[in-house]
Amino acid sequence: MLWDALTLQLGYNATLVAIGATLLGISAGVTGTFLFLRKRALVSDAISHATLPGVCIGFMLLVALGGDGRNLLGLLAGSAASAWVGLLCMNWLTRHTRLAEDAAIGAVLSVFFGFGIVLLTVIQTMGVGRQAGLEGFLLGSTAGMLWTDALIIALGGAATLLLVMIIRRPMTMVAFDPEYAAAQGLPVHRIDLAMMGLVMAVTVVGLKIVGLILIVALLIIPPVTARFWSQRSERVVLLAGLAGGLAGYLGAALSASAPNLPTGPIIVLVSFGFFALSLLFAPVRGVLAAVLRHLRFQRRVHIRQGLLALAQGQQIYEPLTLRLLRRSGLVRADGVATDTGKARAAKALRDEKRWEVVRSDLAHEATAALYDGLRDIETVLTRDQIAEIDRQIGGPQGVPA
Amino acid sequence: MSGEEFVPLSLTPLLIGTFAAIACALPGNFLVLRKQALIGDAISHVVLPGIVVAFILTGAISTWPMMLGAAGAAILAVIMIEAVRRLGQIEAGAAMGVVFTTMFAAGVLLLEQTDTSSVHLDVEHALYGNLESLIWLDATGWASVLDPEALAGLPPELPRIALTMLGVSLFVWLFWRPLKISTFDEGFARTVGIRTGVLGMALVITAAIAAVAAFDAVGSIIVIAMFICPPAAARMMTNRLETQIGWSVAFAILSAVTGYVLAGYGPLWLGAADAVSAAGMIATMSGLILAGAAIWGPCRTRAGAPSAS
Repeated sequence: MLWDALTLQLGYNATLVAIGATLLGISAGVTGTFLFLRKRALVSDAISHATLPGVCIGFMLLVALGGDGRNLLGLLAGSAASAWVGLLCMNWLTRHTRLAEDAAIGAVLSVFFGFGIVLLTVIQTMGVGRQAGLEGFLLGSTAGMLWTDALIIALGGAATLLLVMIIRRPMTMVAFDPEYAAAQGLPVHRIDLAMMGLVMAVTVVGLKIVGLILIVALLIIPPVTARFWSQRSERVVLLAGLAGGLAGYLGAALSASAPNLPTGPIIVLVSFGFFALSLLFAPVRGVLAAVLRHLRFQRRVHIRQGLLALAQGQQIYEPLTLRLLRRSGLVRADGVATDTGKARAAKALRDEKRWEVVRSDLAHEATAALYDGLRDIETVLTRDQIAEIDRQIGGPQGVPA
Repeated sequence: MSGEEFVPLSLTPLLIGTFAAIACALPGNFLVLRKQALIGDAISHVVLPGIVVAFILTGAISTWPMMLGAAGAAILAVIMIEAVRRLGQIEAGAAMGVVFTTMFAAGVLLLEQTDTSSVHLDVEHALYGNLESLIWLDATGWASVLDPEALAGLPPELPRIALTMLGVSLFVWLFWRPLKISTFDEGFARTVGIRTGVLGMALVITAAIAAVAAFDAVGSIIVIAMFICPPAAARMMTNRLETQIGWSVAFAILSAVTGYVLAGYGPLWLGAADAVSAAGMIATMSGLILAGAAIWGPCRTRAGAPSAS
């Protein structure tokens, strides 16, 4: 069943939804990356909630004009208009009043959504039996998706992607360093608005599939996931598109494979699965990598301290140190140093003495700043310099009994 | 309007709406000042999986398990946000976005998977509550307010939200000085021995409790609106925290009362037959108040001083 779904064998509707969700995931991931890098990820929450009044007004207008209230294009146009108004309100609140951005986001989100609900109840009492589809915009409803709906989503997604590709450089610049971008003569405020406009476009396009509450997840989670895997913004953008597209595709397929699996939530959960995997297993930034790094560091500290203790003939009591030394063949089971252990210990002590000289000599000031108790002195000084230091210290003096 | 009609049908929803608004606006003041306003948003989203899990475990719509489930989900969300933020080195906003959308999606999925056809539990209810249905059928008029027999038939949401409001007020009153100091100058607060981490957590948990209790009665949309709009509007009116709290409570009451009245009677005045959503209307009114404060408020600009013009 799942295999059929993954290979798009589950019929017309499932195929349409899968293609639409994949395209939506790609464009949401790519667009969301800029928002995330600009540290304004939650702006998408305000934008998405602000679409609700527009959907309702669009519906009412369509009905008042005698049309079918469920015309997707009309509803999307309405939602885009009200999201744009919400965006401008939020921008105005942050720029012209003392409110911080988070308060402005929350205010726009709750007020627009509340007003949308008022309008929803108005529509319910309008007595037209055709509003059934409107609640679907809250959480997305893919059951009755039509060819034209899929086409609108595909075209919208493609147009958004194209626009992102065109203005990606100024957006990246503004995201990383708005002051520098302003100094370069870029209209930062307008680029910000363009970025928000793109987010709005993705939100509007995604209303049908994942709904206005969960589209936020598609804009935030894939970029955050991608950020674990790369430090380069172009790669993060591509990876976010990939993660989003894959989540959209897998989520749509999964939800088609069994009953009672709503598409939007499944896509979000698949997306979160990618995030969780990245959080745990990504190289460098992942939790596992950090734990391994920490353990390696701990090991080096213990061995170093153990060697110094051996060199000075001190008893080692720390069990971890003893175990590590024994495992590297530096001490025997009874805690007495082996020949290699003695040699390494003498070297460690000598290095420590060399560092002492380096750190007390102003001529080596820059080198001394690199001292952290673990660094091998050969990595910072040339052989001649070390020989020079050794002349100051004198010959080997043997381990005290 | 006569007492016979007003007391049973409108008094209790009005009081519940007002108490819920105050209970959320009080901690909201500090959250807005600390730039944590969206915690309320996150909490009200994650309440959904909490109540669904509670329903699955107990198999019935009963209040206490659901409140516990919601509170548990709120606390879990706060912990997860902090974990994602620290482990992944992700900025707080994005971490919040990852966690609350995922938990909300999980809630929707669980709800779809569970058979809830026999009970009244759905996403729409969770979002905008049913304030209008919290009527007091045992009342016959103003006299019932003093009649113990009729009082026994009060909707249980009313005493619960009243208690929550009192609890939240008590928290703010008891911890007034540390809250105020740590909100404006966390470093100074630490040097005078205030445990700012614990206090910040306590504030978030208080907000979560207020959100859960209010959510039970009025749905999550009012909760978000009341956490943010009245305090934000009050922020434009004054530079003193004491005055700001006063304004925010006044704005909260004003939006609850006008919102409820407009939702219930506004359409009738306009000639329509049915009322509109009270929760949505209260949120809308709080937004209008905020807009008014943002345009005319004496302290609306960032510099803070009353503007010269």
